[in-house]
Amino acid sequence: MTNLLQTLTQMLAYPFMVNALEAGTIVAIVSGLIGWFMVLRRQSFAGHALAVVGFPGAAGATLLGVGAAYGYFTFCLAAALVIALLPRAGGSGRTDESAVTGTVQALALACGFLFVSLYHGFLNGIDALLFGSFVGISQGQVTALLVVGACVLVTLALIGRPLLFSSVDPEVAAAGNVPVRALSFVFLLLLGAAVAEASQITGTLLVFALLVAPAAIAQTVTSRPSVGLLLSPIIALIVTWGGLTLAYFWPYPIGFFVTSLAFGGYVAARVAAGLVRRRSKSAW
Amino acid sequence: MSTSQGDPVANTGTPGVTLELEGAAVRLGSRTLWSGVDLTLEAGRFMAVLGPNGVGKTTLIKAVLGLLPFSAGTVRVLGKPPGQENHRIGYLPQRRRFDPGLRIRGIDLVRLGEEGDRWGTPLPGARLFSARSRVREAHVRDVIDLVGASAYASRPIGQVSGGEQQRLLIAQALVRDPALLLLDEPLDGLDLPSQTSVTSLISTICREQRISVLMVAHDVNPLLPYLDSVAYVGEGHIVAGTPEEVITSDTLSRLYGTCIEVVHTADGRLAVLGQPQERASCHGSPYEPVAAIGGS
Repeated sequence: MTNLLQTLTQMLAYPFMVNALEAGTIVAIVSGLIGWFMVLRRQSFAGHALAVVGFPGAAGATLLGVGAAYGYFTFCLAAALVIALLPRAGGSGRTDESAVTGTVQALALACGFLFVSLYHGFLNGIDALLFGSFVGISQGQVTALLVVGACVLVTLALIGRPLLFSSVDPEVAAAGNVPVRALSFVFLLLLGAAVAEASQITGTLLVFALLVAPAAIAQTVTSRPSVGLLLSPIIALIVTWGGLTLAYFWPYPIGFFVTSLAFGGYVAARVAAGLVRRRSKSAW
Repeated sequence: MSTSQGDPVANTGTPGVTLELEGAAVRLGSRTLWSGVDLTLEAGRFMAVLGPNGVGKTTLIKAVLGLLPFSAGTVRVLGKPPGQENHRIGYLPQRRRFDPGLRIRGIDLVRLGEEGDRWGTPLPGARLFSARSRVREAHVRDVIDLVGASAYASRPIGQVSGGEQQRLLIAQALVRDPALLLLDEPLDGLDLPSQTSVTSLISTICREQRISVLMVAHDVNPLLPYLDSVAYVGEGHIVAGTPEEVITSDTLSRLYGTCIEVVHTADGRLAVLGQPQERASCHGSPYEPVAAIGGS
């Protein structure tokens, strides 16, 4: 026990580890909350599209010599704006929308790859952009994550209840004077910001480890919105801290640890839910 | 009320009347769905909106909610133009089935009907700290009790049956203490026993809570024992009034341009039979009732 404490204190003696834990904490809370709404609204595909668009943004920003964080935020928020403004034919234009998004995704990945190869000094950076990294998170980056994260959370706290209403029951919400369209617009921007934040820890391709998995676990465990909204960021925090600690001790990428923990949690939650359901059925 | 010198009554419509349409019309694009519609629904009365698909029954509901504009006429909903008093209207849209995977409990959905339009975020344990949220919670549970949904209100909404969902959705519409309920085909997709129990529930609520009900339905016959008035929507027009006035072979056949037979059963009930095949026999005497209806 004292041994474990000692190693943890040792880990926290490194400033880069402290930065990583701070960044991870901010990102986990934001992803857990926004992800809960994303899963409820069945907007995971939009979330994935935003993450992929963030990749050329980050690569381009590195190419230009500004921090990758700027690229993530700019591209993710711009892409969120574009998706939010796409005309939707009576709400049923989803197939068309997914075709457009898929095409743009391929282009985004290709552009990102081009930027990376144009930047010759950027040797293994592509791995970090796609699959995440926790070394080299600066104090400035943590501050940026904190400021954006705080804005996202304040906005979400203000619109939470009407957003929940318009997510599960848009027709009745609209008849009750809830601004359904405006809320879905604002939510996409929040999602863009959350995706940009998560990308900086897990990389473009693994954002779902923090955005989807904790929310999906929370929704498997509880169908109470208020409890789910509490549980989802807590699970994201456990997954992030666990992943960071494991990545500190083993020389494998953080994205792998975070994703494995999230996946393990999800499988465990589904199995447990299945067992509970079977038991309550056999009780009849 | 004709002395309208700043008289507030002139602006709030007839007292005791929930819904008033005079010469109302709705146009979708260049097509006028119906026009010249006069319809009155008094407080605590139950009116069914009937007619074939595509004639504008749902459109009537949406226009009353102010989601679509009336193109002509005077319309008062709870004494105001449509859309202004929606917080006093309970609305149940057409054919809503929740995804079985949707992890929201019935009680949460009902609660959203009451508080979903307020800014803020639902916090866990709010009831422990706020007396107001305890009062609200008690109200939500009372309404769920009223519709008889307490047994399954804590299960995820996607995992209860269609009839159970419908009861919870009626609770959602009722929870804000409305003066008017707009129900768009609440019986659609329900089995016969559920149809009967949901109809009698709506009728009980209507009388005991003095809530006016405007309900879109397909088949008038199972509803007739409960109804105060009916509105038949046909091509271009709506005929509204008491069942005795409106449900005559004469009126219905003229509205739909086909022969519709109204029969009076032995126990004093009306039954409406559509018989498009026998159009020819109706043509001979277009305004003569096929079967006279007596008093009730």
